[in-house]
Amino acid sequence: MQSRKLTIAAAGAATLLLTSCAGAGDVEDTGSSELDVAPGVTEDTVVIGSHQPLTGPAAPGYLQISIGAGAVYDYINENGGVHGREIEYVVEDDGYDPTRTVEVTRDLVLREEIFAMVGGLGTPTHSKVLDFLNEEGVPDLFVSSGALMWNQPEEYPLTYGYQVDYTKESKVQGAFIAENFPDAKVGYLQQNDDVGTDSRAGLDQYLSDNVVSQQSYESSSTNISPQMAELKDAGVEVLVCSCIPAFTALAMLEAQAIDWQPQFVVSSIGADTATLMGLLKEFGGENLPADQMLDGMISTGYLPQITMSDDPWITFYRKVHEEMGVEEPFTNTMLYGMVQATQFARALEAAGPEPTRQSLLDAVNSNDFSGPGLVPFVATEDDHAGYDGAFVSQFNAGGTPEILQEPMVTDRGEGPLESFDLERPTPREIDILTE
Amino acid sequence: MASSVKQRGAAPAPSAPPERGGIAARWAAMPLLARHLLGALAAFAAVVALTSMTDSLTDLRIASIGYYTLAVAGLGLLVGFSGQISLGHGAFMFIGAYTTALLVTNVPMVPLWLNLVITVVASCVAGVLVGAASARLHGPYLAGATLTLAVGLPAVALRFPEVLGGSNGLSFSTRGAPPALAGVIPDTRWQAWAVWLAVLLALVALATISKGRLGRQMRAIRDDESAAALAGIKVGRTKVVAFVISAGCGGLAGGLQAYLLGTATPSSFSVVLSLSLLAALILGGMGSLWGALWGALALVYFEVWGETLADALELESKVSNNLPIVLYGVILIAVVLAWPQGIQGALSRLRRRWQRR
Repeated sequence: MQSRKLTIAAAGAATLLLTSCAGAGDVEDTGSSELDVAPGVTEDTVVIGSHQPLTGPAAPGYLQISIGAGAVYDYINENGGVHGREIEYVVEDDGYDPTRTVEVTRDLVLREEIFAMVGGLGTPTHSKVLDFLNEEGVPDLFVSSGALMWNQPEEYPLTYGYQVDYTKESKVQGAFIAENFPDAKVGYLQQNDDVGTDSRAGLDQYLSDNVVSQQSYESSSTNISPQMAELKDAGVEVLVCSCIPAFTALAMLEAQAIDWQPQFVVSSIGADTATLMGLLKEFGGENLPADQMLDGMISTGYLPQITMSDDPWITFYRKVHEEMGVEEPFTNTMLYGMVQATQFARALEAAGPEPTRQSLLDAVNSNDFSGPGLVPFVATEDDHAGYDGAFVSQFNAGGTPEILQEPMVTDRGEGPLESFDLERPTPREIDILTE
Repeated sequence: MASSVKQRGAAPAPSAPPERGGIAARWAAMPLLARHLLGALAAFAAVVALTSMTDSLTDLRIASIGYYTLAVAGLGLLVGFSGQISLGHGAFMFIGAYTTALLVTNVPMVPLWLNLVITVVASCVAGVLVGAASARLHGPYLAGATLTLAVGLPAVALRFPEVLGGSNGLSFSTRGAPPALAGVIPDTRWQAWAVWLAVLLALVALATISKGRLGRQMRAIRDDESAAALAGIKVGRTKVVAFVISAGCGGLAGGLQAYLLGTATPSSFSVVLSLSLLAALILGGMGSLWGALWGALALVYFEVWGETLADALELESKVSNNLPIVLYGVILIAVVLAWPQGIQGALSRLRRRWQRR
């Protein structure tokens, strides 16, 4: 009997001890962590990490990003590394499942002891590790997503954006449509998450009078026939698609099925033509004239495109792709990862021969990394934007894309679109990339 | 069994020297609940001892094993004891995770224990609703109904993006060790303790129920519904109760997961989760709570081992990315073929053989 009481008492006491102290959600700010340290940096290596969907539903679209980044690191390592150190790029598979992102990120930080997180992919996924990375003092560079939340220097001083954010990009789209299709009826097809809401915030600034139908889709449901029918019935002539590649392709197939030819205007996240061609063939059959279906598609972008064969960076990345023996085809998606890796390697070099996390952040804040993109790359203490604007181009089947509007920068608020001068170095001018 | 009855007479003799039989007898004489509570206390001590030797990442994995054990054990009560099937237990984890997440984000001052109590209540209510249907459905129809739940429920988060965060879900921070212990006990370790304490208390309830009157009634229904009804067991009600208990366990597991990881996202609660819980149950072995532990261990560690193996073999990325999934599948098939009773079944057979010697 006595032991029973003892047991109950012990269990009860432990419960109280563990849980009664305060509210489960009351979290104090624990202050900033030590940044003058260099975990993951040894005599001859720098270990960096990333979480990517290598398996699961998001893998087919995004697998190429880490492959591209890996190829650039390999190339740099073969040509002497950064200050004599090889970059060891540890990619962990989170399957685009936020629960696993939390686990693999802790694995990267606590077990692999990465120096920095580079290009963690996805909004639902990466948003779950922002707090952790900033608390642990891990530089969280160049997140692979256009959500606005990466650029919050006050709250997340260690997190930096990479691609142009959805609002800025859609402001460029909106202004372009308002100028070039002033009387057209405009329709939106948008992903029902921050991609949609942030894009709408930008588009509405220019197009609120022209919009006749706004539709959204869930990425978990591939049937978008009702939305497309609504858009067609509303008489939409210009369809702005803030979609991931799979849904750009589905929208095009559905439009063809209902015999409707709107002018597609697609965001950079869903406009990689090589990926789209693959998807169109996958969904619609091998014999589909995918090239013809994409002909005339207008899209926004901030990086050079693989079809711009006279761009020195494209030539360079094509060489990296070939020399490193990458099996997957060279696409704009792969290029995205390659540019990301280049930007990180440049920052690491600028951090000096004995880099610490603090010196890496200082280097990033120097705002000195223009190129390979076609718009300025902004990284300062108060602005963690990454690529800061977009250009508008049109796909030509079989030819090079035509630039319809030169790159412009803007803010995420109601500021104007502005042109800019960009001194864009060539790969030859960057030490770590030369042989 | 017979030997312990004999020893029971000997135990009260105060002059008897302490011997093994005495402790065993005293143990057997103790009420079921007290025995389970003592066991849980010992298990909790083991967790505390284990985590004091491990790093923060292992603490996280140990805690994950905790909530998966509870989810699988709850499912085990439903499938193994009452003979019903659920392909949708991930949905209850979803309810639990979102209840905890909403409480933490909207009313941060609510203490964890109350949070978890509310979570259990919410998932039990869901369990009543589903269970009421389940009492009328059999076999494949019940499987279909629960599967629908697993497919459909996460879409609720997409329907109400303002409250539930849409497809990006909710993210938040939960409190770790109290300020007095900050720096002494890492937050993750503290959270692992909290998770295991809640899990063990729930397991005590489960073990006591399954050994008691309700557990016997469930088994009677599983073996022959008509016979059970003739014996005076209220079949419908017992089935609903089994479903509710099981849903409560699933919900608590989901709540603990949210507490531990600080996220609740619809894509984490896909059909795949529901099916892996069922697979873990079969792998671990039905009809015993130990089976749930083996199943949960497999859920958490097979993937880790698969990745380590893939790294060690230096395979092509296409192969190595998928190796953990393949490994899990192959082991599951092998275990089911070799030991249809799962790991726990194999272990108890081993033990019996050893005792016979």
